[in-house]
Amino acid sequence: MYNKIKIKADNVNFFYGKAQALKNITIDMLEKQVTAIIGPSGCGKSTFIRLLNRMDELIPNSSMTGKICLSGVDIFNCLCDPVDIRKRVGMVFQKPNPFPKSIFDNISYGLRVNGIKDKLFIEEKVEDALKKAALWQEVKDRLHESALKLSGGQQQRLCIARCLAVQSEVILFDEPCASLDPISTAKIEELILELKKDYTIVIVTHNMQQAARVSDYTAFFLLGELIEFGKTQDIFTKPNDLRTEAYITGRFG
Amino acid sequence: MKKNITQNIGFLMLFLCMIVTIIFLGSIIYFISIRGFKVISWEFLTQGPRMGMTQGGVLPVIIGTFYLTLGAIFFALPLGLACAIYLCEYSPKSFVVNLIRISINNLAGVPSVVFGLFGLAVFVNFFKFGVSILSGSLTLGMLALPLIISASQEALTAVPQSIREASLSLGATKWETIKNIVLPTALPGILTGVILSIGRVAGETAPILFTAAAFYTRGYPKSIFSEVMALPYHIYALMTEGTHPDQQKAIAYGCSLILLFMVLLISGIAITLRQRQRGVHV
Repeated sequence: MYNKIKIKADNVNFFYGKAQALKNITIDMLEKQVTAIIGPSGCGKSTFIRLLNRMDELIPNSSMTGKICLSGVDIFNCLCDPVDIRKRVGMVFQKPNPFPKSIFDNISYGLRVNGIKDKLFIEEKVEDALKKAALWQEVKDRLHESALKLSGGQQQRLCIARCLAVQSEVILFDEPCASLDPISTAKIEELILELKKDYTIVIVTHNMQQAARVSDYTAFFLLGELIEFGKTQDIFTKPNDLRTEAYITGRFG
Repeated sequence: MKKNITQNIGFLMLFLCMIVTIIFLGSIIYFISIRGFKVISWEFLTQGPRMGMTQGGVLPVIIGTFYLTLGAIFFALPLGLACAIYLCEYSPKSFVVNLIRISINNLAGVPSVVFGLFGLAVFVNFFKFGVSILSGSLTLGMLALPLIISASQEALTAVPQSIREASLSLGATKWETIKNIVLPTALPGILTGVILSIGRVAGETAPILFTAAAFYTRGYPKSIFSEVMALPYHIYALMTEGTHPDQQKAIAYGCSLILLFMVLLISGIAITLRQRQRGVHV
């Protein structure tokens, strides 16, 4: 099966003030595939993933060099509006972060800020997104209750649905299961495999088994460097680099 | 065993402190009520003063205080909120901005009579608004401004970064995020600031002394340029001027009770609003 390159990072360096968080990252991520990023805490995984929808630039005193292309277009080009990039590249965060609004308003928010006013269309989209996120059955009778009343796992699926509603092309998962129990985690993983049909997915995870279960490609980061990148199967069975092997077999990290 | 005794003594001390506080608060309400209720009647609440302030009611005075408070919040809320939003969300973290923040906090500590003199110099004389509701409202607004700004700033800072990020990651602009997510979340905190400043503004005497208040006006205020009677100043005047101290004193207590009640009422409304806001989505 042949997939186009969706995200291309070319020689990316990133600095917080003077501290270098990413060193010469070059990586190609394929369309409609799941790419997992693994590595010990502080290795730059989250920093890297947040560059892909330009969330890093919200941090004061940060700077980057290099190029990141989305479908061949440089997203750091000065003509590119970060707001447009974020519409196309959705993000699910480490901790579920629903808005303190109703379930319905949480999902419809993305549509509204993107200028959609048609009520029927919004209702349809909300239902659609909730179904895709496998949450519809659980919440269809209480769409207008506060999203904060949902359980942690449900909240995280709500956050995924929120992303799906805006018709993004790429979804970034930043340790989406870090605060969830095993059953909720299993549901999210199932969902990721399902979403792969339509979306390009990048997932940062601390959980080695999770990376092995859901991803097609795996990248191993260490101290801001990309140590190894390849098919998940290969990385987990015959890693080229000793450090990768040490990490995935649990000798450090 | 010994640890338990120490703990119990500690709790007892805390409990006693609470009781003392409640006694103070209770006795204020008790004494004001006992003396105030003597003069409060339907006539007292619905008519103007007669016979050189010794008889009749205080309706124009109540209305005056109401206008002044409303006016002050009308000026201070939009200005203060906008200022807080800028300081919290937009301004770069720099020395100058910090200096502005400190100045605003200091402004809250300026004695109210100084605000009164400022109002006299600027609004009454320089802008030629005269002694009027407008001048008084603006002066009281200045007084409320730092309270509203610092409460709003606190409320805005308390909104978690994670939901701002969620909004931005969905393709919302910074302003859309502030308008749709940050402000509604911060609203309960902002309302608290407004409640506090209403309480403060309604009871202030010094700022309106030279800018808005009159001991006696005939009838009701006609426009924002007319001078008004207001409860705090009315109480002060009743206790210090006039020729029938005993009758005036009774009326002064009546006014105090009304003022107390008004502040409680306004606060009550704001608290209910806040609870409802919280109730919906928590």
